[in-house]
Amino acid sequence: MSKNSLEYLINRKDNQYEVIIGLEVHAQVLSESKLFSASATKFGAEPNTQVSLVDAAFPGMLPVINEFCVKQAIKTGIGLNAKINKRSVFDRKNYFYADLPQGYQISQFKDPIVGEGKVILDMPNGQKEIGIERLHLEQDAGKSIHDLDPQNTFVDLNRSGVALMEIVSKPDLRSPDEVSAYIKKLRSIMRYLGTCDGNMQEGSLRADVNVSVRAKGSKELGTRCEIKNVNSIKFMQMAIEYEANRQVDLIEEGKSIDQETRLFDTKKNETRSMRSKEDAHDYRYFPDPDLLPLEVSDQFVNELKKNIPELPDDKRKRFIDEFKLSPYEATILVSDIDTAKYFEEVVAKMGKNKDMKLAVNWITGELFAVLNNKNLEISQSPVSAKNLAILVNLIKNGTISGKIAKTVFELMLDGDKDPQKIVEEKGLKQQSDPKAIEVLIEKIINDNREKAIEYKQGKEKLFGFFVGQAMKASGGKANPQLINEILKKKLQ
Amino acid sequence: MSDITKKSLTELVENIKNKKLSSMDVTKAFIERSEKSKELNAYITEDFTSALDKAKKFDQKPNLDLKLPGIPMAVKDLFCTKDVKTTAGSKILNNFVPTYESTVTENIWKEGAILLGKLNCDEFAMGSSNETSFFGNVQNPIDKDLVPGGSSGGSASAVAGQLTPITIGTDTGGSIRQPASFTGTVGLKPTYGSCSRYGIVAFASSLDQAGPMAQNVKDCALLQEVVSTYDSKDSTSIDFKRNQYSKELTNNIKGKKIGIPKEYRVDGMPKEIEDLWQKGIQHVKDCGAEIIDISLPHTSYALPTYYIVAPAEASSNLARYDGVKYGFRANGENLIDMYEKTRSEGFGAEVQRRIMIGTYVLSSGYYDAYYLKAQKVRKLIKNDFDEAYKKVDAILTPSTPSSAFKIGEKTNDPVSMYLNDIFTVPVNLAGLPGISIPAGHDSKGYPLGLQIIGKAFDEQNILNIAYAMEEKIDFKNKITDWWIK
Repeated sequence: MSKNSLEYLINRKDNQYEVIIGLEVHAQVLSESKLFSASATKFGAEPNTQVSLVDAAFPGMLPVINEFCVKQAIKTGIGLNAKINKRSVFDRKNYFYADLPQGYQISQFKDPIVGEGKVILDMPNGQKEIGIERLHLEQDAGKSIHDLDPQNTFVDLNRSGVALMEIVSKPDLRSPDEVSAYIKKLRSIMRYLGTCDGNMQEGSLRADVNVSVRAKGSKELGTRCEIKNVNSIKFMQMAIEYEANRQVDLIEEGKSIDQETRLFDTKKNETRSMRSKEDAHDYRYFPDPDLLPLEVSDQFVNELKKNIPELPDDKRKRFIDEFKLSPYEATILVSDIDTAKYFEEVVAKMGKNKDMKLAVNWITGELFAVLNNKNLEISQSPVSAKNLAILVNLIKNGTISGKIAKTVFELMLDGDKDPQKIVEEKGLKQQSDPKAIEVLIEKIINDNREKAIEYKQGKEKLFGFFVGQAMKASGGKANPQLINEILKKKLQ
Repeated sequence: MSDITKKSLTELVENIKNKKLSSMDVTKAFIERSEKSKELNAYITEDFTSALDKAKKFDQKPNLDLKLPGIPMAVKDLFCTKDVKTTAGSKILNNFVPTYESTVTENIWKEGAILLGKLNCDEFAMGSSNETSFFGNVQNPIDKDLVPGGSSGGSASAVAGQLTPITIGTDTGGSIRQPASFTGTVGLKPTYGSCSRYGIVAFASSLDQAGPMAQNVKDCALLQEVVSTYDSKDSTSIDFKRNQYSKELTNNIKGKKIGIPKEYRVDGMPKEIEDLWQKGIQHVKDCGAEIIDISLPHTSYALPTYYIVAPAEASSNLARYDGVKYGFRANGENLIDMYEKTRSEGFGAEVQRRIMIGTYVLSSGYYDAYYLKAQKVRKLIKNDFDEAYKKVDAILTPSTPSSAFKIGEKTNDPVSMYLNDIFTVPVNLAGLPGISIPAGHDSKGYPLGLQIIGKAFDEQNILNIAYAMEEKIDFKNKITDWWIK
């Protein structure tokens, strides 16, 4: 596949347009308590049960930074190969809304905690680097609920004050597929680090998507539109697709694009104008006088660096170098931290004489199929890594055939049974004694003399018939390789 | 009327410790006098019944080791007090009863003091005459229809009028020192970060600081000792070694270098203020201190800087009063309409003026010209003090450019009103401690104050200088009880 065939371009008559995308990802910091208060952050709690006086902005209440959230942001910055700013400043972003109790959101405007970094995407046509502009910490708002009462709006402040990391990419993304890969990669990195659970259904990860288009080959950026608060990869891709085409149509019609904020309507699959640049809020950012500038020492950052686990890119490289996996296999296995953990546990349990390829095939084949069918995460796998390792070893050392292994695997699913025991109890052990197989084959040849003669006269496809008979006679347990070898000898 | 209310805090504590007086005796005396003093309008909320209960409980099991054993006191209505209405002098918090206690008041109750009630103040502490309070003017005990100053006007009036032995106020640009000066009392604005802001209704967060107001310097030192603690609930609270201010108090200031800033000799300053200043200079000289002329070159920029920084922070701090969660709410057609009506009806004119100024100076396109520039000038003002403190230990200035004025005299002239804070504002901008002590009377017989400004965290030093000067000045406040029929 040539590189160009993968390029995402929008075609109109003679014109080709390139799509420029930048993302502002809002990732909820994985933390027991909020950014500036001790309230809990559990998802799905009863409304207004995780609200402190600070979160509800009572008079005289003051924010106090949660050090754990700061650590989480710095760890994420390290994971994004980014510059950690030793001095950052919390600003107030002022606007009125019913679910914003303070009348301002505490965020970081001019001096974010994390500066420029990068993320590597593994695309089918090779790797691509996406620049990170910055990462900053900010408070989430509460939630307005409009559909519980015909007259009134209800407000749930459980989310008010929860710590978010806003991760701003450079406008380096060029297609819906790259956006998908980028989000997955970010999520993967943060899950490795334990800094964000990446759960998009629960809103832990959502993004504002900036889209612009330009004639292919042009160096200038077009006017962009920002699509607010999109909460699934699929919707991001649909929104980009729609928005890019809308902009191209406007250009083709000779019209101009207005810089504006748009919303994606998931039911109609279209973006709609929310507010124009003229109506944009003046947030009146200024440093929050209730908080001192946040200063972290080299030692503080180094301590965190020391405890950063192996991240997907390094793990992928190691899987390729150490386990001789293909880049494709390695990418699949490292993309999710739990899959990687499972794989590495299987590898460890296989012991010295291990068959890496076989292990990979079993995980990405049989196991993934079962998980998919049952809609389970790998962390909930019905077969433990230990037992899968035993199964792979049983195949590798010839105790059972690959075919029998599938039967054993089916039986293992019920209560994570030890495959060794299943093999013994069901008597599924492969017949690998050449003498016994020889006896068996001699009997079959004797019983089918005419066919043996036909084979010898050149009807070679009868070989399969003899293999089948031998298998059948052994109850499927005979080592197929030995059957082949002995049959060939005996039928000569 | 009993003599109890004439006693200083130090005397009352002594009397209670010696068992010459019970907490009930003292509490009753101040309640009685407060009841007779309604015309001063010093209280917004009285809590007398529960004060008597607490006094009774204290006397049943008196803990005489405490610093304020069974001492009744009223506090500015800017401090949130658990289960007692806290209004900040505003209609918008007219019905607000906190479920929590400010750190400063908590510290006071822990030392045995008893809440008498909540004292009047300018709305959200924005004012210099107590005329912006939703709960009406406060009368100055010095004379009828005279403002007590502001914003801690109710507090100053209550101390001068002996409705409370001591009190605490807050000072953002002079709100403790100016009313102290107007009422012949002592007021200390501590170093920024000395007293926790937790639970104090915020006006301008980078300037607000609580502090004691008293009849004399020793009482002031004792209360400062109680209220100043490090508090992890306030990120701007500073963990420094705090003195036992009242125990370490001394009138020995021999060899101290006192700076006299030439820029405080402002145009149009009345001669009697200049004379007062000269008298003060003579007093410190008499105490053996050395007088050194200094320059604080950016002084004239302090007021405009303050009137950018303080409204900017206020415009954001007051955004939470939106009718959604607590306090006053006006009905509206929709959310925006409700906001507009609530805030138009809930805030008074001065507060609205400052919200508008603050919103303006933070707006995109104006931020750099106003807010950012003001922050730079603020730094220069602070540098002025840093430079001066290389040469001197403290700075002596007048507290205010005039004595108290009549109610209504300046209400229609906000700029002239703002000028009242010309000597106090630089101290807040630099985050330094400053104390105002009564130093004499003007031709009308109204009290005038002198201000001693210290180095950061050097409260002990300015208290000592004030203590030494107090002895020399021998000020007598002329309280005629004119309001008591």
